Amino acid sequence: MEDQRTSFEFDKESLALVEKIIARYPPGKQKSALLPLLHMAQAEAGGWLSRETMDYVASLLKLQPVEVYEVATFYTMFNLQPVGNCVIEVCRTGPCWLNGAEEIIAHLEHRLQIKAGETTPDGKFTLKTVECLAACGNAPVMQAGIKYYENLDVEKIDAFLDDCSSKDATTRQNPYK
Amino acid sequence: MPLFKVSIDNITVEVEPGTTILNAARKIGGKIVPPAMCYYSKLKGSGGKCRTCLVKVVRTSASDPRPMPKLVASCSTLVQDGMIVENTISKEVLEARKHVVEFLLINHPLDCPVCDQAGECDLQNLSYEHGVSGSRYEEERRTFERIDIGDLIQLHMNRCILCYRCIYVADQLTDKRVHGILFRGDKAEIGTYIDQVIDNDFSGNVIDVCPVGALTDKTFRFKSRVWFTKPYDAHRECSKCKGKAVLWMSGKEILRVTARKDAYGEVEDFICNTCRFEKKDLDDWTLEGPRNIKHESVISQNLYELIKEPPREPPFKKK
Amino acid sequence: MGIRILTAQMHIEGIQQLDVYRRHGGYEAFRKVLNAMSPPAVLEEVKLSTLRGRGGAGFPTGMKWSFLAKNTGKPAYLICNADESEPGTFKDRYLMEKNPHLLLEGMMISAFALEAATAYIYIRGELFYVHQILERAIGEAYAAGLLGKNILGSGFSLDIHCHPGGGAYICGEETALIESLEGKRGNPRIKPPFPAVSGLWDCPTVVNNVETLAAVPWIIQNGGKAYAAIGVWKSTGTKLMSACGHIRKPGVYEVEMGLPVEEFIYSDEYCGGIRNGNQLKAVVAGGSSVPILPAALILKTAKGEARLITYESLSEGGFESGTMLGSGGFIVMDHTTCIVKNLWNFTRFYHHESCGQCSPCREGTGWMEKVLHRIETGHGKMEDIDLLSDVAKNIEGNTICPLGDAAAWPVRSTIRHFRQEFEDHVNQKRCPFSK
Repeated sequence: MEDQRTSFEFDKESLALVEKIIARYPPGKQKSALLPLLHMAQAEAGGWLSRETMDYVASLLKLQPVEVYEVATFYTMFNLQPVGNCVIEVCRTGPCWLNGAEEIIAHLEHRLQIKAGETTPDGKFTLKTVECLAACGNAPVMQAGIKYYENLDVEKIDAFLDDCSSKDATTRQNPYK
Repeated sequence: MPLFKVSIDNITVEVEPGTTILNAARKIGGKIVPPAMCYYSKLKGSGGKCRTCLVKVVRTSASDPRPMPKLVASCSTLVQDGMIVENTISKEVLEARKHVVEFLLINHPLDCPVCDQAGECDLQNLSYEHGVSGSRYEEERRTFERIDIGDLIQLHMNRCILCYRCIYVADQLTDKRVHGILFRGDKAEIGTYIDQVIDNDFSGNVIDVCPVGALTDKTFRFKSRVWFTKPYDAHRECSKCKGKAVLWMSGKEILRVTARKDAYGEVEDFICNTCRFEKKDLDDWTLEGPRNIKHESVISQNLYELIKEPPREPPFKKK
Repeated sequence: MGIRILTAQMHIEGIQQLDVYRRHGGYEAFRKVLNAMSPPAVLEEVKLSTLRGRGGAGFPTGMKWSFLAKNTGKPAYLICNADESEPGTFKDRYLMEKNPHLLLEGMMISAFALEAATAYIYIRGELFYVHQILERAIGEAYAAGLLGKNILGSGFSLDIHCHPGGGAYICGEETALIESLEGKRGNPRIKPPFPAVSGLWDCPTVVNNVETLAAVPWIIQNGGKAYAAIGVWKSTGTKLMSACGHIRKPGVYEVEMGLPVEEFIYSDEYCGGIRNGNQLKAVVAGGSSVPILPAALILKTAKGEARLITYESLSEGGFESGTMLGSGGFIVMDHTTCIVKNLWNFTRFYHHESCGQCSPCREGTGWMEKVLHRIETGHGKMEDIDLLSDVAKNIEGNTICPLGDAAAWPVRSTIRHFRQEFEDHVNQKRCPFSK
């Protein structure tokens, strides 16, 4: 996790993608590409948005940096602090709560030995609670990367954590690739 | 184009189409004018947020006699011909406004005794006029760290009511905005994300548009209470702005320079930072005479000119 | 089993693929529109269908389209609202994931009617895997000449793009969605002007929910009158119900408008009754924002009539004894549920999701959450119950957008129908349901 403050730039392939995304909006309206680009940048810059990463995105879209900070701090999917390689987001809203989300969160906290909102000392896992993921029919639910895990129980959580046990396991993925 | 006739609290006024209810009320003037904490006529896009200017439209227009279903923000609702509006004569409006004031105050630090804005604070005036004594809010108040944004301006986020005016100033008066609204909900704050200096010729105007003591002049900090100072209209030759200002004096010392404000607390002409922060010597200015502060504030209490208004009712009505 | 309009093809293997979708009659309605219909004729069919917006507000779709400003010299835009975030609602996700081309076809026809050359699908960022499914389907449609310039030689051109959100319930509100699509914070705009006059980039814009747009191909194929013949009175056609909570068979069900709520809850064709043989305690019938109803009032109106799944029947009795169809997010609670804790959970959600722009919502939602937390954890006072109700009342109707109402309604309705349970928490200084 250390040394993630170094400056970040997209590679050639991603820059081509950036061009493609900007072209979805009329000329001069490139600010619309901000959310897509922040998603891409977060996935490729270590799972979070440092100020340097946001400044880079601002320069790509010809925006003032504060316009990017305003947006990145508004939307909850953007991590403004370093996170673990595997980010687990457990839904805690209404229907998931009715179906045992509290037990799921407690089990994850116990297994990872951290509280929701924290990262394990080895930098492997970050546990977050989130609001409704629109999967209430399969509650309780969690998300890791772009994948949904539904109808959760203790066994499924354990199996998921086992899958993540390898050294290079990560939930980070550029969703456009 | 023919003018629109609109009635506000049973007073009829004729205004241009495209006028808001609030501005129609200002044309009438006096006590029927709704208070406005976020709207600022000189800042495009402002308004609609604080909800203190809510009024009741009992008739939408001559051709549509229906009332509007909800109270509307008078600052951002346009008049229609034949519209009938109720403000101070509507119990519903006064009740709603009282509670908007309550919402604005629950997380406000109420640190008026140590706030430089005291005496010229729109929130103070608003609560005096529309609020209730005592608070039903027992929870812990939200707090933020106090930040210096440069040497000249201090941000007390605790006092901010998120009117967004300072953002519009930066967008519309300066060439580069470095501060903005960060985070969301009741965690939203004015800030630069990672401490940065707001450095721009017109940045000082954020102080004048701030309705509360969230953005204050650091060079004036704790120098005096405003009601102990004597405001004078003054002007100077300035290449950046019109140079029309108010000097807040103590004896022959200029404690503070601000823009001139109208009856609704709005700046008449924005001033530059040179005039505001650097010209603190009387030789820099041509004095015009005492500034007549008509604002319902304690500044009026030490005025050297009598206010010709009948004494006001005691502010705290018995419950 | 009633008629299926939106889910008829869900069981077909590979229906996500264009060729399979086409083999089962897909894009025939779009072809019909291009070959034989004018934009006003399409609008007329949608008006005849009396289709109402399925996102929650239930505004007549044809009327919404007819408000679109014409001859402005600016392009018109169609936006599909796929920011499904209302707790208890998961129908749009199901629809897009299972049958993406149905949505695309609905959008193509709607864009034709609106004479829009560009359409966006604003999909919540958490659903990136669905975003990928949609992009694949869009790619197929371009390759088949169903999107792009001069579609099938008709002279009509259309581009459809996906646009992800970033995690903000408020962006389901159409003007917040537009702000977000412009790359800004999701602060709802002050209306008027409405999007139909000044929406995306200040251009005339229509924003429709996924389920609304997906109903359009059927309406074109079968006629607006045929759609209007389904259902009851002003609630025509079918509705996707997202059933969840303490039921045996949670899931998305397409029901004909007019189905009795009792049948929906207890029939094996739908929810299959309450899990573990428990008793029904309460239902939130239209997503977390609508008033909660106790068992007796969700099954029958105060007048003793059977409650039906229609806009009118569910709102029968007003907020005193009724609720709303809303988004169709149907959350069922059994007798083991602490209704106060449920409310605290919902209120925390609205507090979390308030954009913070206007004072009553920014300050009021947090206040309510704190008071509820106190009551739930046994630290509440009797006066807190009225305080809560009063704070909710002071938010309601006084905010820029409906999120204020959405936060207030659950509070006021829960206190109205379950006051005793609040008092029990206060008197016992604990949650009576905690183990």
